[in-house]
Amino acid sequence: MSQKSGRIVAVNGNMISIGFQGNVAMNEVAYVLSNGKRLKSEIIRVKGSEAQAQVYEITKGIRIGDEVEFSDEMLSVELGPGLLGQIYDGLQNPLPQIAEQKGFFLESGVYLKALSRSKRWSFTPLAKPGDTLRRGDYIASVPELHFTHKIMLPFDFFGDWNLLDIAPAGEYGVDDVIAHVQDQRGVKRDVKMMFSWPVKRAVDCYVERLKPEQPMVTKTRIIDTFFPVAKGGTYCIPGPFGAGKTVLQQVTSRNADVDIVILAACGERAGEVVETLKEFPEISDPRTGRSLMERTIIICNTSSMPVASREASVYTAVTIAEYYRQMGLDVLLLADSTSRWAQAMREMSGRLEEIPGEEAFPAYLESVIAAFYERAGIVRLSDGTHGSVTIGGTVSPAGGNFEEPVTQATLKVVGAFHGLSRERSDARKYPAIHPLDSWSKYPGIMPKDVVAYAHSFLERSSEVEAMMKVVGEEGTSLEDYILYLKGEFLDAVYLQQNSFDPVDASVSPDRQKFMFHLVLEILGAELALKNKDEARGWFYELRQSFLDLNGAAEGSELYQSSLKTIRGTLAAQNPRYGSAAKKMLLRLE
Amino acid sequence: MNKLYSHIESIVGNVISVRAEGVAYGELAEVTSRYGVSLAETIRMDKELVYLQVFAGSRGISTGDEVRFLGHPMQVSFSDNLLGRIFDGAGSPRDGGPGLTDNLISIGGPSVNPYKRIIPREMIRTGIPMIDLFNTLVKSQKLPIFSVSGEPYNQLLARIAMQAEVDLIILGGMGLKYDDYLFFKDSLEEGGSLAKTIMFVHTAADPIVECLQVPDLALAVAERFALKGRNVLVLLTDMTNFADALKEISITQEQVPSNRGYPGDLYSQLASRYEKAVDFDGAGSITTLAVTTMPGDDVTHPIPDNTGYITEGQFYLHGGRIEPFGSLSRLKQQVNGKTREDHRAIMDGMIKLFSSYRDTLEKKSMGFQMSAWDKKLLRYGELFESKMMDLSVNISLEKALDEGWKILASCFEPRETGLRSELIQKFWPKNAVQTEAAAAVE
Ligand SMILES: Nc1ncnc2c1ncn2[C@@H]1O[C@H](COP(=O)(O)OP(=O)(O)OP(=O)(O)O)[C@@H](O)[C@H]1O
Ligand SMILES: [Mg+2]
Repeated sequence: MSQKSGRIVAVNGNMISIGFQGNVAMNEVAYVLSNGKRLKSEIIRVKGSEAQAQVYEITKGIRIGDEVEFSDEMLSVELGPGLLGQIYDGLQNPLPQIAEQKGFFLESGVYLKALSRSKRWSFTPLAKPGDTLRRGDYIASVPELHFTHKIMLPFDFFGDWNLLDIAPAGEYGVDDVIAHVQDQRGVKRDVKMMFSWPVKRAVDCYVERLKPEQPMVTKTRIIDTFFPVAKGGTYCIPGPFGAGKTVLQQVTSRNADVDIVILAACGERAGEVVETLKEFPEISDPRTGRSLMERTIIICNTSSMPVASREASVYTAVTIAEYYRQMGLDVLLLADSTSRWAQAMREMSGRLEEIPGEEAFPAYLESVIAAFYERAGIVRLSDGTHGSVTIGGTVSPAGGNFEEPVTQATLKVVGAFHGLSRERSDARKYPAIHPLDSWSKYPGIMPKDVVAYAHSFLERSSEVEAMMKVVGEEGTSLEDYILYLKGEFLDAVYLQQNSFDPVDASVSPDRQKFMFHLVLEILGAELALKNKDEARGWFYELRQSFLDLNGAAEGSELYQSSLKTIRGTLAAQNPRYGSAAKKMLLRLE
Repeated sequence: MNKLYSHIESIVGNVISVRAEGVAYGELAEVTSRYGVSLAETIRMDKELVYLQVFAGSRGISTGDEVRFLGHPMQVSFSDNLLGRIFDGAGSPRDGGPGLTDNLISIGGPSVNPYKRIIPREMIRTGIPMIDLFNTLVKSQKLPIFSVSGEPYNQLLARIAMQAEVDLIILGGMGLKYDDYLFFKDSLEEGGSLAKTIMFVHTAADPIVECLQVPDLALAVAERFALKGRNVLVLLTDMTNFADALKEISITQEQVPSNRGYPGDLYSQLASRYEKAVDFDGAGSITTLAVTTMPGDDVTHPIPDNTGYITEGQFYLHGGRIEPFGSLSRLKQQVNGKTREDHRAIMDGMIKLFSSYRDTLEKKSMGFQMSAWDKKLLRYGELFESKMMDLSVNISLEKALDEGWKILASCFEPRETGLRSELIQKFWPKNAVQTEAAAAVE
C-alpha cells in the first residue's frame, strides 16, 4: 500500500479536489471512500498539495473530509485469455456478472474482475528455460475459442529477461504463476498469463509500423470499391442524427474481413448495444462457422452511464485491440460515437476551468484525437508476422454541420472519410455515404483509374441534374440526359445496398468485381437511344433487373435469369465502346 | 444532523452559499425567508463553503435567512396513493390533496445495466395512421414530437396517452402554460384516464429550478412502477423549456457555454433522462413521449439536434399533421414485420409515391407541364393527405391498411405502384374503379 493519503476538499459535479500528503502521479487511480463505497477516480490535475480527479461514478453523497485512497497505478485494463465474447463497461467491468450480482441497475462503486480467475486454460509452453525474452515475446499459448491465444512477456517488462523456468503443459488459471524470469541485474519476477497495462499508453512491442496497403474488406460496395479502408488504417463516419452511422457500423462489425472486432459503444443508446449483444450469439460467422460473438468484444458505456468512464472507454477498447494485434491478428475497432468522447473531455475541461477553444472544446482536442487514431496501424512483430489495428469512428457533428471541431480534427488524421448526408438518408439511399464528398487514401480492391472513371459519371450526372433543376427536362440535351441516367443508375444499383436483405447485405470482393464490370459495360457504352422517354424506360428496366440480381444468391435461378435479361437488354442497344471504355473494361478482366 | 445555519455568504443567481460542515453532495436543505420556505439542493462544495440551488429562486432571500440541511437528497414518495394526484416540481401537491411522505425514494438514480434490457418487440397502438402504419410506436421507445409553438402537440400527446393501452400515464409538465395544464387535466378526466395518471407539473409561472426536477420526479416514479411489472407511458412537455432552464442556470453560474449559450453537457443531461425508457427483462416498461418545440422551426438548433442524437426517431408535427418526411420511428422494424403481411409494403410503397407527389407539386409550382402521371400523383397526394395524414382520422392499423389499398386503387394501375404481385393479387380491391380524373388520363 502506498504511503500517501488524501481527503476530499471540494466537489463539483463529477470532479473532486483532494488534499493530499506524499507523492501523487498524474492519471493515477484513487478511490473515494464514501458511505461504505469505494468510488473510482482518476487524477487529472495536480497543483501544490491539491489534486483534482474525475470520478467514474455519480458523486452524490460524497462529503468534504471523506477519505481518499491512492492506488499507485494508472487506469489500466487486464489483458489475458478470456476477453473474447465479453461485454464490458468503459472501465472493463463485466456487465453480465454485474447484472448477476446486482440486478437491474449499475450501482456505483461496484467493480468486478475483468478476467475470470476460476477458469482453467489449457497451457502449452513455447519458450524454454535459458531463452532470452523481451516484452511482448511469446512464452506460451492457450486455445481461446477458435484462436491460439499467445501468452506474452508482460508489456511493462522492459529490457532483456532470462527465462528461469516455465510451467509444464497443463491447466492453469490467469492468476497462476507460470514462469519466472530474471534480468541482467538479477531482479527476479513472476510471470502470469494475465497482466495489466495503462490504457492511455500505446502498446509498442513491435519492430516497425508498416504502411496500410492491404484492403480491409467490409463487403459494402461503396466502401470496398470507392472509398476503401486498409488493414491498420483509420476512417471516420460523420453524419447527422439518423443518417445511418450506427447501422453502417453494425453491418461492418458483422462482415469485416478481420479476426477480431471490438465495439466501443461510447455515449450512445443502450438499446443499440442490446441488439448486438442479443443477436450476435445467434449469427454465425461465415469465416469460421462459429457464433459472431466469439470474435467480438463489446465495450459499452452508453449515454446515461457516467461520463468520465465514457472518456476512458475508447482507450480501454483500443488497448485490448493492441493486445490482440501483438498476437499477429487483424483487429477492427469501431467506436460509436467519438463525438461523445470529445464531449466528455469538454465537460471535464469546463469543470477544470481551462481556457476553452472552439465550441468550448479544450484546446488539446486535436492532439488527443490525433493520438487516439495513431494507435491504429499495421505492424511487423518480432517473429516477422504482421498484426493490425484498424480504427473506424463515427462522428456526430452538432447540427449535422461538418465544419465543427471534432469532425475537422478527425478529418486531419484519418485515411478515409465516409461522410453521410441527410439528403441521401432522407431519400432512403442507404448507406447514405455521399459519393461526391467522401474520399479515401487507401488502395482498394479495384484499380484506381477504373474507379476514377466510374466516379466521373457520378460527378457529371450530378452536374446535369443541377442544371436540369433550372432549365427543366425539356431544356436538356439527350446526350446530357443519358449521362444523368447513367449516374443515377450507378448510384441505384451499386452504391446503394440493402443492409437488411440477406444476400445484398454482404457482397464478396469477387462478386463486387463481377458486378462492377457489368455496370461499367453500361456506363461506358455509347447507346442508340432515340429520345428521353426511351432512355428513361431502358435504364429503368435495367435497374430493375440489376436490383433483382443484387438480391439473388449466386447461381440461383433468379441470378441466372436476371443476368440473362440484363445481357439481352444491353445487346438490344447494340452498344459500342470508345477506346477509354475499352481500356477500363480490360483493366478489370 | 439537521444543523441550522443562519448566515448566507453569497447570493448569485439562484445559488446561495453557506459555511457548513458534514454536508453530502446532492443533499437537500430548506431555506426559510420571509416569503416562505423553499427547498434547495447542494450543487457544489468547496472547503467549508456549500453552494445551494434554491428551488423557489433567490429573490428576496437575505444574508440573515436560515438554512437547514435535511440529511437526504431529493426524494419523492412512491406508492399507489400517487395515482390520480397532481404535484409541482418540488414534489408538493398542486391539487389541494394531502402531501405524501410514505415510502420515499431518491430521484435521478443509476442507469439500467444494458445487459438487463430486452429488445423491444411490442407495438403501441394509437389509432393514428401516420404513427401505426408509417412510423409505429414501440413499447419502451423514447420518441419526441418535434414541433413549433402553435402546433397542437399537446393535443396529440393527450390523444396518444388516452388511446395507448398502457397501465399508467405519468405526465411531466415543464414551463406548461396554465391553460395547457388545465387542458391535460380535463382531457384525461373526460377520457376516464385520470385515475391511472400521475402529474408533475411545473407551469410557466413557477420558479425555474423546479422545472429541472420534473423529468427526474416523473421518471423515478415511472421506474418503480415499471419494476413492479407495469407498463408506464411518460409524457414530457416541453423538453425545450427544460433545456432552456439548464441554459439559464448554467449561464448564471458562469459556465462556459458550448453552443448558442447551451451548456456543454446538454447531451448528457438530456440522455440521462431519455435513457430511462426501458423494457426490463422480467418486469414492466417505460415508454417516453416528449415534446420538443424547435426555436425558429430549426431542426439544427442545439435542443432538437441533441435530442435527435439521443432518441429513437421523432414525429415531426407540422401544419397540424405528422409529416411523413422527417418523421421516423427507428424501432418500427422490430414490430411491423409481425402485424399484417402487407404492412411494410404499403408503408414503403405509399411513402415513395407520396414523395413523387411532392416532386410533382414542386414542378407544378415552377410552371412545368403536368403529364398524365403527374395528374395521377396530384390526386393521390390529396387523398393521402385527407385520409391518412389528417389528425382527425382515428382508425385501427388494419383499417388504415385497407384504406391505403383503396386510395392506391382509385388512383393507379396495380403495376404503377411498384408493389409485389402476390400482395396485389391478395389485397387489390376487386371492383376498383379509378375515378374519372385518374381514368381519363390513361
Ligand atoms: N443501411 C440502411 N438500410 C435501411 N435503413 C437504414 C440503413 N441505415 C439506417 N437506416 C434507418 O435509419 C435509422 C437510423 O440509423 P442509425 O441509427 O444508424 O443512425 P445514426 O446515424 O447512428 O443516428 P444517431 O447519430 O442518432 O445515432 C435506422 O433505424 C433505420 O431505420
Ligand atoms: Mg447512432
